[in-house]
Amino acid sequence: MNTAPDTTIEIDDGTVSLGGRPVLRGVDLAVRHGEVVAVLGANGSGKSTLVRTMMGLVPTVRGQVSLFGTPLERFHDWRRIGFVPQRATAAGGVPASVREVVGSGRLSRRKILRPMRSADRTAVDDAIAAVGLADKAKDGVSTLSGGQQQRVLIARALAGQPDLLVLDEPTAGVDVESQQAFADALRGLVDRGATIVLVAHELGPMAPLIGRSVVMRDGRVAYDGPPIAEAAEIDHRHDPGHAHHHPGLQQTGSDYAPLVASPIDRTPGAEDR
Amino acid sequence: MIDILTNPFVIRALLAAVFTGLAAPAVGTYLVQRRLALMGDGIGHIAVTGVALGLLTGTSPTITAVIVAVLGGVVIEVIREKGRTSGDVALALLFYGGIAGGVMLTGLAGQSAATLNIYLFGSITSTSAADVWVTIALAAVVIVISVGLSPQLFAVAQDQEFARVAGLNVRVYNVLVSVMAAVTVTVAMRTVGLLLVSALMVVPVATSQQLTRGFRTTLLTAMGLGTLASLGGVVTSSFVDVAPGATIVLLALAGFIVAWPIGMLVRRRHRLTAPFAADAEDEFSLDPRHSAVPESHQHEHGEDCGHHAVRHGDHVDYVHDGHRHAPHGSHYDEH
Repeated sequence: MNTAPDTTIEIDDGTVSLGGRPVLRGVDLAVRHGEVVAVLGANGSGKSTLVRTMMGLVPTVRGQVSLFGTPLERFHDWRRIGFVPQRATAAGGVPASVREVVGSGRLSRRKILRPMRSADRTAVDDAIAAVGLADKAKDGVSTLSGGQQQRVLIARALAGQPDLLVLDEPTAGVDVESQQAFADALRGLVDRGATIVLVAHELGPMAPLIGRSVVMRDGRVAYDGPPIAEAAEIDHRHDPGHAHHHPGLQQTGSDYAPLVASPIDRTPGAEDR
Repeated sequence: MIDILTNPFVIRALLAAVFTGLAAPAVGTYLVQRRLALMGDGIGHIAVTGVALGLLTGTSPTITAVIVAVLGGVVIEVIREKGRTSGDVALALLFYGGIAGGVMLTGLAGQSAATLNIYLFGSITSTSAADVWVTIALAAVVIVISVGLSPQLFAVAQDQEFARVAGLNVRVYNVLVSVMAAVTVTVAMRTVGLLLVSALMVVPVATSQQLTRGFRTTLLTAMGLGTLASLGGVVTSSFVDVAPGATIVLLALAGFIVAWPIGMLVRRRHRLTAPFAADAEDEFSLDPRHSAVPESHQHEHGEDCGHHAVRHGDHVDYVHDGHRHAPHGSHYDEH
């Protein structure tokens, strides 16, 4: 309601139902400028819907979403926002080079029917370099590995030089090397003062960047506060296959929490804010 | 021989062929990118009703076909956006309704199937001067939009959600592609024919993507190939008495047959020179269960290396002399 001037994202009583099934139930969430927020939770907990609601991709049944203090339906300053949707691949039905896909990230800053300016080209090259794919800029995205394709999608969002970057599971199924490249690219944005909202299963090398964790459960905010252990630790209990462990890689490993549900679970609204 | 090519009919047909050959693959590229390669075919079916409506009412079949096809294109887009599960069934209803309605109306108009054939498979002698100008004007608009708005159209076709968050009006661009496809279908009707027009939209794209890595080069190469096929088809059918549509499509397919093995060779060579993708975990400490295998390998495991590949979590193992090897940087791990 009372949108403070330093609030980047504000969700007030956000309620979403998809196909008649409630997915978000009265979520209240405010993200301030410069915060780095990890949204955690099990599959189906509503974390992906939460960020998609923030981006206006899912209509709310009830409640209000504001970006940079402007209600979503009146928000037009999309150039301030970078979005990395949940994708298995960056490839479409027709070949496209890394530079072309990343170039889409400049569209919110370009006028229609005008060629790219040198500032656009520089931003695209910088974004590709930031995710460590400079030597692959001319390659077709379909020839890259899954992790590299995810990095292309990150670079696309970075190319717009956003003030708010929202990432929906950017590191799902991505190798550790690529995760490190993400983390480095995100750190660059954080240092510039950008706000970041990140949906993740495992934080991996990104853990040190996180300043706040939001845990979703059954469409409600179950925890909102200082960073906690990775949701990955919880999910591994259900992993029937083997899991690779890289001791020493996860700085938050000592913070091990067996289950999000009981010990830190709170009823929504109980958090002080 | 020169006589034939300077015949006004043939000159008109050649002009129409150039513009059609440029426009059809341009729109086709976006359809293929959105994995809607057969949409042009569907619109072509719907346009049959438009043609028949023109024959029945005595107005220009080109104009009625444009109107009906554009309506059909918009309806297809709406169905695609709204109906998720039964979308393809609804499209099928529309397609077959279109062609059945066309045949019915043509009969009512007292025209023979031969008249309809001109529109179904193309004919270079049926084009009037007015038709050619309409064709050129409409095709030029399509070409300008599909090349000029290519950054936007590319972004929307590539990733709708991202495009929406980038502030693009995704629905407008989607409808624009549908309308352009509809216009192209009717524009190409005179040269390629309604039943074969989809081939001129899709085959040059399929051919060019055998050899290209980027979207823009694919688009422009496809337009070039489409023009070649469509010119070649019209020239051929001005000497031999065959419908130009069939010749155009066969020429386009011949191009694909030539390009396909070349593309296979290029990709194979690219794969052989590419370093084996095993650098993922190199810089990190080893798993306690990790055991490097000291034996030397004559070759690097990879796709098509002959060893049975087994997906194992986040990597692939290769069955090798009765055990499973996972590539790990310079050596192989036992799994």
